[in-house]
Amino acid sequence: MALLDIKGLKTHFTTDDGILQAVDGVDISINRGETLCVVGESGCGKTVTAMSILKLIAMPPGKIVAGEIIFEGRDLVPLSSSELDDIRAKEIGFIFQEPMTSLNPVLTIGEQIAESLRRHEAVTKKQALERTIEMLKLVQIPNAAGRVHHYPHQFSGGMRQRVMIAMALACRPKLVIADEPTTALDVTIQAQILDLLQDMKERFGMAVMLITHAMGVVAETAQRVVVMYAGKVVEEAPVDELFGNPRHPYTQGLIRSIPRIDLDAEHKTRLEAIGGSVPILINPTPGCRFAPRCKHAMSICAEREPRLREIAPGHRIACHLGDAQ
Amino acid sequence: MSQYILRRLMIAIPSLLGISLVLFVVLALAPGDPFGELATNPNVPPEVQAALRAKFGLDDPIYLRYLHWLAAMAQGDWGFSFVSRMNVDTLILQRLPTTLYVIGSAQLLALAIAIPVGVYAATRPYSIFDQIANTFAFIGFSLPTFFTGILFILIFSVKLDWLPFVYSTDIKATGIAWALEMIRQAIMPVMVLGLFQAASMTRFVRSAMLDVIRLDYVTTARAKGLGQAKVIVKHVMRNAMIPVVTLIALQMPAVFGGAIVTEQIFRIPGIGSLLISSILANDTPVVMAVTFVFACLVVLFNLIADVLYGWLDPRISFR
Repeated sequence: MALLDIKGLKTHFTTDDGILQAVDGVDISINRGETLCVVGESGCGKTVTAMSILKLIAMPPGKIVAGEIIFEGRDLVPLSSSELDDIRAKEIGFIFQEPMTSLNPVLTIGEQIAESLRRHEAVTKKQALERTIEMLKLVQIPNAAGRVHHYPHQFSGGMRQRVMIAMALACRPKLVIADEPTTALDVTIQAQILDLLQDMKERFGMAVMLITHAMGVVAETAQRVVVMYAGKVVEEAPVDELFGNPRHPYTQGLIRSIPRIDLDAEHKTRLEAIGGSVPILINPTPGCRFAPRCKHAMSICAEREPRLREIAPGHRIACHLGDAQ
Repeated sequence: MSQYILRRLMIAIPSLLGISLVLFVVLALAPGDPFGELATNPNVPPEVQAALRAKFGLDDPIYLRYLHWLAAMAQGDWGFSFVSRMNVDTLILQRLPTTLYVIGSAQLLALAIAIPVGVYAATRPYSIFDQIANTFAFIGFSLPTFFTGILFILIFSVKLDWLPFVYSTDIKATGIAWALEMIRQAIMPVMVLGLFQAASMTRFVRSAMLDVIRLDYVTTARAKGLGQAKVIVKHVMRNAMIPVVTLIALQMPAVFGGAIVTEQIFRIPGIGSLLISSILANDTPVVMAVTFVFACLVVLFNLIADVLYGWLDPRISFR
């Protein structure tokens, strides 16, 4: 049984212009101890999907209108926010995108890590502090015992993201959702943070749902990959399969848009971009949402929405192109 | 920290000097002086008048008079009120406690209303509670205190006869009866000033809370499963109060100004009504002293704001 099984999740937002279908029927499952990457361009619903799991989206205007989020056999969707509080941080940890703004500026980092421990575990203040220092050491913050009393502004971006990781892992959750944890960091720090995440995953045996739009990050870390486009899953495959044999035109486009420093000098090829932009998800047109930007679009694409179906073991796509082949 | 406060107090000296100079010059340029009414009194011969003016140095050039005032002030001599026939410092010390009692209670009332109402409204924006709170806030700061004051007197003193409308300093009672009477007569002025303050403060608390509530670190706090109450108090309020504290401290001059009006309406023998009566009586030493006390209070509250700011926000260091 999967650790987390999202089935037909629809999260919509009420806006002045109508209902925004940010996530519209997403199926994602994560097994214990695996790393799943969710990729897609900005605004495709990756973050909203992740935030929906713990109901961290603003409600209203957001609302989960359909679907199930089964975590360890229990559906999280009907739970109230206070019922979810027992799962937040304890069972599912969250690492956010912006380490510069995701820490409270007026509380010490030690306090911010310890409060999660004190909420979920029967520990004294002193034990919580010791555990916090231990976590800071694990995420390789030098002089952890002294730094624990420092405020977020006394740390660099990379160090803050380490603090965020320590915070998310303090209660040893079974699943960690990392929402673009390296996007706000510079490249050298990005690699360090990804290594650290990998290291922590091996140490604690947790599953990781890594949300990113960097295909390079996907290739390095994931076991399985889910590609999202305009609020829907368009392709899902093990990582080697996805890079070796991408089947959805959108995935193919994403992979072709990765800059290749080794090829450019010899072949002088232009970096390929996917033309057009993400559709606005208020009253979307019927049919495939990628069709307006797709090179292979057929007449059926504008009429009927493709369903996600398995084309090889563990490889699923939502495209009419596969039907014809 | 104490070094910082000391340095701030040192910096306050030149600004207070500047303020006193401006006040002195303006008052000197204004028509009338303490001996103005002597001129119209036929019993005082002109020679005596001239002798008195010369004795008190009233015909000296402005800068000399200012230096005289400053020298006396530095030695703790605040001057003499010719109208009340007593020293200005005694006069002010008599009046100041009443003003501080009324303004202090009004500010406490305003905070006691504004913080819970503003915080609760911000956690449920556009809810019925928020709409009602907003409506009352708009009404509250649209109505000037001289209007609400008179309205309160009409309702609670004239029609219902529940509360006295003249504030008295010599209550003929002792012990608990005295304390109760002190509270009873302060109810209306405190309500008038407090509700007016509470109205704008509520709006400010609400918007400060709304600014913070959507920030990333609040989502981080929610993701820890802390629960709504703890997230609001520990993470949102703690940050939202920083600008609120500044605003309240910086509003204090306006509060003192507003209190002058309220003191007039309710006949409160405070420092504000002292200012009005001394202006009308050409009692220049008192006018000078009272305005200078106001200036000192403003400087003091600015300092308090800065100290509180640094205490609330660890990113600000006292250097």
